[in-house]
Amino acid sequence: MNDEKWTVTFWVSRQKGQEPRAFQSFDLEVDPDEYVLDGVERIWAFHDRSLTYRHACHHSTCGACGMLVNGVEKLTCITTIRSVTHNGGKIKVEPLRNFPIVSDLVVDMSRFYTDLEEAKATQVAPLLEACLPYERKSFEGLPEETERLVDCIECGMCISACPSALTASTYVGPAILAAAQLAYTQTGDLSLLHSSDNHEGAWGCHSVYECSAVCPSNVDPAWRIMDLRKKVIGHRIRSLFGKQAAASL
Amino acid sequence: MPDKPYAILIGAGFTGCATAHDLALRGFKVTVLERGEIASGTSGRTHGLLHSGGRYCVTDQEAGIECIDENILLRKIAKQCIEFNGGLFVALNESDVAYIPSFSAGAEACHIPIEPLTAQQVLKLEPNLNPKVILAFTIPDGSFDPLRLALAFAATAKKNGADFRPYHQVKGLLLDGKGSVKGVKVWDRTTGKEYDLEGDIVVNATGVWAGEIAAFAKASVPVKPTPGVMVAYDQRVTERVINRLNEPGDGDIIIPQRRMAVVGTTSFEVADIDYIPVYEDQIKLMHASAYELVPILRQAHMRGAYMSARPLIGSRVQGRSLSRTFKCYDHFESEGIQNLVTITGGKATTCRAMAEKTADLVCKKIGLNAACLTKETILVSYRDYYKN
Repeated sequence: MNDEKWTVTFWVSRQKGQEPRAFQSFDLEVDPDEYVLDGVERIWAFHDRSLTYRHACHHSTCGACGMLVNGVEKLTCITTIRSVTHNGGKIKVEPLRNFPIVSDLVVDMSRFYTDLEEAKATQVAPLLEACLPYERKSFEGLPEETERLVDCIECGMCISACPSALTASTYVGPAILAAAQLAYTQTGDLSLLHSSDNHEGAWGCHSVYECSAVCPSNVDPAWRIMDLRKKVIGHRIRSLFGKQAAASL
Repeated sequence: MPDKPYAILIGAGFTGCATAHDLALRGFKVTVLERGEIASGTSGRTHGLLHSGGRYCVTDQEAGIECIDENILLRKIAKQCIEFNGGLFVALNESDVAYIPSFSAGAEACHIPIEPLTAQQVLKLEPNLNPKVILAFTIPDGSFDPLRLALAFAATAKKNGADFRPYHQVKGLLLDGKGSVKGVKVWDRTTGKEYDLEGDIVVNATGVWAGEIAAFAKASVPVKPTPGVMVAYDQRVTERVINRLNEPGDGDIIIPQRRMAVVGTTSFEVADIDYIPVYEDQIKLMHASAYELVPILRQAHMRGAYMSARPLIGSRVQGRSLSRTFKCYDHFESEGIQNLVTITGGKATTCRAMAEKTADLVCKKIGLNAACLTKETILVSYRDYYKN
């Protein structure tokens, strides 16, 4: 996008079928303000047509292009090369952790999407519900029916970054719990609290907060998990005292 | 007919996914082959505008009518992927004001509902608009999530039996030596293995790449790849889609999406469509146009810049003047090649209609009498695409 040119080495994780995983390097002349995904796409276009990677929108609304870039979860379509390496440097590109690998940089998202569906994750919500409760809001002059695609773009990066998901394969992971928290806030559906009240759910989190650190889209899954725990505890207490007491709490 | 007719679709963009959905509903066995991820070509990279047709109601009324009709239908069948907050056409100078009579007449001719607003009224609705605004019209624009719209069609097709094979690239067409296409040669990019697949009909829904696929059978498609650049900002500065009230031009639309604003787009021609670089001068042009419509965007940061190649139906005119309507080709009628149909052109907003036309042609060729059901069928959750 400008005249500055860098030479960088893309070190790309490759795996086909049952073969073991290996790294392949590609030297590319790049503009440092290009995005990492542009580099990956150029490798496919001009160097190796067998390279597979997920991508669709190229502007951070679809969540398909999450990868590990130099060991850190990045949405590659908005991650500039300048932000992850230097002239003459390396860019290591790997598939997300904690997902089965389909091929090269492509991971299998089927369990993730099935879990999100079970958590009754919404995709479009009235504006107030689509925002985080603690953020500053100004809806002056907006019609009540104003709606918004919710923040979670379902990239899976929070699950890749989560140490609990790494060690406990049955733990559903941050995005799923964040979705359940939002859905419960919207609907009051108690089944969402019941299904989260266990070690596969809200109690599986070890409060490392990596999920919120890598989230590219304002979801703040860690905050939502803590809030979900409060809601679960609140519901347990209310259940102890029966419905009548719950009403007066 | 003893067995279900078997359609092989090439391309899983909006058109391929919607056509798979339509054919599956009409009783076809369907396999969709896509060389990348779902919607990883032109479709995913759309600016995400659910067109009301207002952009085309003066210069391209056929496309304008298609857009408003499909806008209403998509809001019904694919509500799950659409933010529908409406749009505005805003006049900032005398030239824009002079465009009003043709705009109003065009909207009426395309039955697009518009309402005039005074400067005071429009600034109350969208306080971040350029305060120089003279007047505006409301219009039923919206924005959609591109990947999820394609996935919703694919999920519903899958529920009705369609088989989707992403990362499976078509490397050739199988010919029977008598002028008929009988199948495809496939390269599974996840394993490196190649195989042949035979079917009753092959549908080429590869958009800008339609010419490359057709060429495998020595057929041709007059598709003209016409890319445009888009810039996404990290702040949502309006709730509604903002259009410049004038003839279609560069950077004349700002589409809010989640917490972003996307400005688009340009129009030029390229030779290599597999990798199109994003040019710095076009980004600057997008900034300038966006700042004029919504000056506060100067304070926002660029979140991403990207490029998408429209598959316009080619002729000798320049890209900007080419129609946004779509075309379905029976290669038997034009070139004597049997069992090959190509669908290209069009807009994301009109993908359902493109699928309907294509499926009508496929049914006619196969001799199957089945009505289109996609207008009434609410799409299942896009997440069901990933259900095994």
